[in-house]
Amino acid sequence: MRRSTTESRALQIVLIAIALLFLAFFLALPLIAVFGEALKAGFGPFLDAVTAPDALSAIKLTLLIAAISVPLNLVFGVAASWAITKFQFRGKSLLISMIDLPFSVSPVVSGLIFVLLFGASGWVGPWLAEHDLKIIFAVPGIVLATVFITFPFVARELIPLMMEQGKDEEEAAISLGASGWQTFRHVTLPNIRWGLLYGVLLCNARAMGEFGAVSVVSGHIRGETNTMPLHVEILYNEYDFVGAFAVASLLAGLALVTLIAKTVLEWRFNLHGSARH
Amino acid sequence: MIRVQNVTKTFGDFAALHGIDLKIKAGEFVALLGPSGSGKTTLLRIIAGLEFQDGGEVLFDGEDVSSRSVGERQVGFVFQQYALFKHMTVAENVAFGLSVRRKGRPPKADIRARAEELLRLVQLDGLGKRYPGQLSGGQRQRVALARALAIEPRLLLLDEPFGALDAKVRKDLRRWLRGLHETMGLTSIFVTHDQEEALELADRVVVMDHGRIEQVGTPEQVYMEPASPFVSDFVGETNQLPGGIHVRPHDIELVTSGGIPVVVDNVFRRGGSWRVEGRIEGHDRVVEFDVNAANPAPMLGETVQIQPLREREFQKHPS
Ligand SMILES: Nc1ncnc2c1ncn2[C@@H]1O[C@H](COP(=O)(O)OP(=O)(O)O)[C@@H](O)[C@H]1O
Ligand SMILES: [Mg+2]
Repeated sequence: MRRSTTESRALQIVLIAIALLFLAFFLALPLIAVFGEALKAGFGPFLDAVTAPDALSAIKLTLLIAAISVPLNLVFGVAASWAITKFQFRGKSLLISMIDLPFSVSPVVSGLIFVLLFGASGWVGPWLAEHDLKIIFAVPGIVLATVFITFPFVARELIPLMMEQGKDEEEAAISLGASGWQTFRHVTLPNIRWGLLYGVLLCNARAMGEFGAVSVVSGHIRGETNTMPLHVEILYNEYDFVGAFAVASLLAGLALVTLIAKTVLEWRFNLHGSARH
Repeated sequence: MIRVQNVTKTFGDFAALHGIDLKIKAGEFVALLGPSGSGKTTLLRIIAGLEFQDGGEVLFDGEDVSSRSVGERQVGFVFQQYALFKHMTVAENVAFGLSVRRKGRPPKADIRARAEELLRLVQLDGLGKRYPGQLSGGQRQRVALARALAIEPRLLLLDEPFGALDAKVRKDLRRWLRGLHETMGLTSIFVTHDQEEALELADRVVVMDHGRIEQVGTPEQVYMEPASPFVSDFVGETNQLPGGIHVRPHDIELVTSGGIPVVVDNVFRRGGSWRVEGRIEGHDRVVEFDVNAANPAPMLGETVQIQPLREREFQKHPS
């Protein structure tokens, strides 16, 4: 007995050490490197780099994209989860697998789909050009690509949660005379709020950080269609390392904040367990 | 008065209810009794308006409510798992029906007073500030009841109201519910798979099986004059003697001669009598019967003669 516990204890230590080393090498080290490089020349150049007009415009654009796509996906995610978990309808399983599509398709391909649809030689491209509407290589295209890439986050968080909760409470509410909206507002929403917040957080992190799909549809026009991740790449390719790492450190900072908020939420929300009051 | 007329319901290609007809008078306390899967919950939900029938009508006081939603039917529904709003206090739960009213919502103070009054009625005064998670099963059940009563329902529907409670609480709560039904002058329908509960509580029992009503009657009728072998078997205990004869264990007496010979396998005390388990000689058919404990218990292995006092004969059932 004793031997086997000491053995498993040694194994435990080895496994934990491997995991920690792995994390240090692949997560902590790069993170430190990003901040180190950004501040290598001191705080002045760092501040100059993040307040340069192109950097500011990239930051603004990124915030704008997130401000549009996160609420859209919040509404879509709640509506889809509601429909999937509370109603029976034809094509339900198709909807469920469609929600996972952005996770299984390479982001570059996702971007290309939009180019194929809205690009100059795309399906509706000529029509758009006639009416002087720009989607590809413009903000609307970036929004579309970002919405597409990030729409699974909220729904994937909510569907299992709402499945587990069933529809008894909603039925109780409507049997007591509540309208659909009152039921959602007073019963469903409070029951899913932590899961929803968690999904929104992940959705936001991805919306701000997405590179591949956005890169395809953006056109990389400095000061116009460059988001933060794209701007980092441009600066890096121009050998402006301080600039590149300075903007990158903002994204890394966002990741850290997300991670902390996620941990706090997980603790409150008790790892996907039933929500408590 | 509630009328259910020729109601059918299918889920996919599974028929859950076949042509159900039922009349319930104002003030009645009716039990829907049947084994699991017999369609009791489905029928209750159709009456409530939580589910919609594929054919037939549901009438409340002569008015066809088939196309009315549950909210419009003004029914109180108590769910099997209570379905209390977890994030609301007990008082908020009870007040919910009044506070979401869009037409003629009472002032806040009145709603609060009404909730308190209802909590007193269900003997939970003082617990209004708690959350459902902080209550026992029996208390939750009573909160669910108070919540349903808050909208002054014209019909109270309860799905297995005592199913999730332990035996002692169940017995207390069941008498108390019966009393509440009387004092408030309610019309109530409750679902149960427990025949004892149905017989003890209900004015009338509706016995269901496989989506059909097998019998409707007073507890006395259902027990003493079962309309089918199923009812005889499901409501109370029943022995099947050779020749399609059904007889209850307490309707068998020992005779000294001319009876059916039974080999005694097991004897134990049950209340004021001996419960005897045995096999009919040469038939291998198990019978159970009661012998007054004032008499000596039959010996194991002994062959005794039994005679049915009150028996029922059924046509061979097609199923
Ligand atoms: N929403 C549903 N979808 C499919 N089948 C259902 C549904 N609800 C009930 N059923 C089926 O209908 C039958 C009757 O169910 P129910 O009314 O819940 O029975 P009971 O309450 O008597 O146990 C069962 O076989 C059940 O599986
Ligand atoms: Mg049921």
